[in-house]
Amino acid sequence: MNAPAIKNQDLSKGPGRTARGVVLATLAVGFGLPTILLAAVLVLSPLSKPAMLAAALRAAGVDVSGWSQTGQYALWLVAMAVLALILVSFGAVISGMTVWWEMRVSARMQSRIGYNRVGAAGFFQWIADAVKLLLKEDLIPADADRLLFRAAPYFVLVGFALVFVALPFGESLIAADLNVGIFYITAVTALVVVGILVAGWSSNSKWALFGGMRSAAQVISYEIPAGLAVMVPVLMSGTLSMQGIIRSQGAWPWEWHALTNPFALVAFAIFFVAQLAEGNRTPFDLPEAESELVAGYLSEYSAFRFALFFLVEFGNLWVMSAISVTLFFGGWQVPFAGPAVFEAARGTGDLPGLGWWGLQLASMLVFVAKTLVLLNVVVWVRWTLPRIRVDQMMSLCWKYLVPFAFVCFVATLLWQILVARVPATAPVVGGLMLVAAVVAGFSFLRLTRRNISAVGDRVDFTNW
Amino acid sequence: MEKLILRRVDRQNEEMILNFGPQHPSTHGVINFLVETDGEVLKRATPDVGYLHRSIEKIGELVGYPGFMPYTDRVDYVAAMFANEGYAIAVERLLKIEVPQRAQWLRAISCELCRIASHLVSVGTMVMDIGAFTPMLHGIRERETINDLLEALCGARLTYNYHRIGGVAFDLPEGWRDKVLHFLDHFDKFLAEFDRLISFNEIYVKRLANVAVIPGPMAINYGLVGPNLRGSGVDWDVRRDLPYGAYPNFKFDVPVGKGFFGTAGDSFDRYYVRCLEMAESSKIVRQALDSLPEGEITAKVPRNIKPEAGEALGRVESARGELAYYVISDGTNKAYRVRARTGSFTAMCIIEDISRGLMVADLVALISSLDVVAPEIDR
Repeated sequence: MNAPAIKNQDLSKGPGRTARGVVLATLAVGFGLPTILLAAVLVLSPLSKPAMLAAALRAAGVDVSGWSQTGQYALWLVAMAVLALILVSFGAVISGMTVWWEMRVSARMQSRIGYNRVGAAGFFQWIADAVKLLLKEDLIPADADRLLFRAAPYFVLVGFALVFVALPFGESLIAADLNVGIFYITAVTALVVVGILVAGWSSNSKWALFGGMRSAAQVISYEIPAGLAVMVPVLMSGTLSMQGIIRSQGAWPWEWHALTNPFALVAFAIFFVAQLAEGNRTPFDLPEAESELVAGYLSEYSAFRFALFFLVEFGNLWVMSAISVTLFFGGWQVPFAGPAVFEAARGTGDLPGLGWWGLQLASMLVFVAKTLVLLNVVVWVRWTLPRIRVDQMMSLCWKYLVPFAFVCFVATLLWQILVARVPATAPVVGGLMLVAAVVAGFSFLRLTRRNISAVGDRVDFTNW
Repeated sequence: MEKLILRRVDRQNEEMILNFGPQHPSTHGVINFLVETDGEVLKRATPDVGYLHRSIEKIGELVGYPGFMPYTDRVDYVAAMFANEGYAIAVERLLKIEVPQRAQWLRAISCELCRIASHLVSVGTMVMDIGAFTPMLHGIRERETINDLLEALCGARLTYNYHRIGGVAFDLPEGWRDKVLHFLDHFDKFLAEFDRLISFNEIYVKRLANVAVIPGPMAINYGLVGPNLRGSGVDWDVRRDLPYGAYPNFKFDVPVGKGFFGTAGDSFDRYYVRCLEMAESSKIVRQALDSLPEGEITAKVPRNIKPEAGEALGRVESARGELAYYVISDGTNKAYRVRARTGSFTAMCIIEDISRGLMVADLVALISSLDVVAPEIDR
C-alpha cells in the first residue's frame, strides 16, 4: 500500500494570501456592523424623545399632533423598543468582536497565530462560535434544579442589558439620562451576581457550587470599594447622572476628573480593580478558575445558555470601560466644542441642524475611542497576570481597597471644599498631573523597549 | 477509600468530598485526588494513582535488553532522554562495558537539552495553574526549538530512543553545534525575560511563597528527589555526588532552595530551583560542546545481549529527580527483573501529608510545584 505523499509545507513562507473577496467581506462586516448599530444609536437615541420624535415625523410628512394621547404614547413606546433592541444588539456584537480582538491580541502576546480560519484574520470566528452554540443540545443535568438552572442565564443577561439604559454614547446619545444614572448602573449590575450564584447552586455540581460561592463573595465584596470610588467623581460633579458627570468635565486631559485631583486618580485605580473583580476578569477570575474549578459556575452549562454567560462576560468589558471613561476620563467631551457650540449648532428649529448631528458623531467617536483604549488595557491585564487566591482576594478588598476608597472619599470632600473652590488651582493641578502622567507613560515605554531589546527582539507591528 | 465513601453519608461535619480528577485541567494527566474540603480549605487530599499503569516493568522482563529501550521512553515522556540513559547505564554495568567518551558527551548534551525542555514544561504548566497563560506558551515556544534540535539529532521529538546500550544511536548532524549555541544564546536572555514576566511578579510570588512548605528532613523521609528535594534546601544531585557519564568533566552549580521569597522548601523554591537549573543545564551544554572528544559513539556490544547472572543499578539525575533502573539478569537474553524508581511517585506520597489546611488553589500550586508526570508515577 502506498503511503499518501506528505505535502512538504514551507512554513517560513508564511500563510497564504487571503482571497480578496474574503478580505472585503470581513472589512465590510467588521466595520459595517458596529457602524450600522452605532449609527442607529446616533439617530434613534435623540429621536426617541417624544418632542423630537413628533418633529421628525412631521418633517417626514406625518403629523402626529392630531393623534390621541394613547396613540402618541404607543408610537413612543415603539421607538423605545427599537432603540432597546439596537442597544442590546450592540452589546452582543461588541461582545463578540471583543472575543475576536482579545483572541488576536493574546495570540500575538503568546507567539501564536490565533483565529485565522473563518474570514480574514479569522474575524467571523465569533459568529461561527455563536451559531455552533445555538445548534448544540441544551443539556440540563439530571439532578439540577431545572427551573433555576434555566433561569440563571437570564438574570445575567438582564443585569447586563439594563446597564445600557444609562450608558452614554455621546452628547445627546443616551437611552435615558437618569438623574440617578451611576446609582442605577451599580444596582442593576448586581443582578449578574444573582444569576451566577443561581447558576452555581442549581447545577448541583460541586465545582459549580464552588464557583458560585466564590463569585458571590467576590462581587459583593468588591461592590463596596467600587461604590466608594464612584462617589469621588460624583462629589466632584455634584450629580449622579452619567451625562451630568461628563458635562462637569472638559475635553482636554487636564480637565478630566482623573487628572484634576490626585485622589480621583487613586479612586480610578480602585474602581478599575473592583470592576475587574466584578467582571470576573484575571487576576480575579476565581469563579471560573480553570486550573482549580474546571469551569466554575459554567461547568454544567452548554449551548445557548452558555453562550449567554459568555456574551455577558465579554460584553462587560465594554460596559466597565465605558463607565470608567464616563466617570474619570471626560466621556464624550469633544475639544473646542463646549455646551455653547452644541447649543448654537442645534439651531432654533424643531429638529436640530446638520452641524449638530456632526457634533454628536464627533462626541460618539471620542467616547468609543476612549472606551476601546481602556478595553485594551483590560485585555492586556488578563493575558499578563496570574490569578490571586481567594483569601488574598478578600484581604485585598477589605484591607486595602475599602480603606483607601474611604480615604479618597473623605479627601475629595476636603479637596472640594479647600482647593477646588479656588479656580486658579485647577489648571495648576491639572497641568502638574498631566506632566506626571506623560512622564510615567514615557518611562513605561522606554522600559518596555529596553525589555524587548534585552531578549534580542525588536518592536514589530507587522504580520498581524 | 471505603472509609471516605462511608463518611460522605455523615452529614454532621460539613465536609465536601471532591473528586479532583482523573480528568481535571491541573492534574497533568490522569491522576485523581480525593479531596475533603471544608469550604475552600482542604482537610485532606488523598492521591489515587494507577490510571496510567502500563506494566512497563513487566514488559522489561518479556522483551530483550535492547528491545526494552523504546519502552523506557514511555516511562517519562516529558523527559525521555533520562529514562533511556538510566536503563542504558544499568545494562552497561551488567555487561561491564565501557562507553566511549564521545558517546558520554553526547549523552550529557542530549540529556541537558532534554532537562531544559522538561523544566520549561514544568514551570510553564505551573504558571498556567496559577492562572497566567502567556508565560506558559513562551516556555512551550522555546521548548519547540529544543524539540527541533533533538529531532535533528535523533529523528524524534518526544520519545527519543536515542541512547543505546553501549553508547548513542547517532552522531551530531552537520551544523547542529552552531544551532545549539545560537539557541542557548537566545535562551539565556529568555530566562531573564521569563523572570521579569512572571517569576518575580508580585501576585505570583504571593501565591507561592510560604505555601506548602516541605522541610528538608521531611523531604528526605518521604524520599523526594531532584528539584523537589533541592527546593527543600537539601544539597543533593546525582550528577555531582554520584558522578556518572561525562558529568565529572563539567563545572556547574547545584541550585538549592533557600527561601527566595519565603521559607526554604515552599512552592516558590521548588519552582525557582527549576528556573535556575535551566541556566545550569545551558552552561553544561556549552561546556560539553566545547570539549566534545572525537571517537566512536558506541562501544562494541554483542548482537545478542546475554549478561552474566547478576544485578545492576543505573542512577541518573532526571529532570524529575533521581531515576534509577534496577536490572537483574539470570544469564539469559531477557532480564529477570526490571525495576524503575521514579521521582514522581514519591512526590505523590507527600501530597496527603502536606495538603492539610491548604486551600484548593494551593493544592493546585503544590501538585504542579512537585512537577509530577502521570506516566512516571504509574509506569
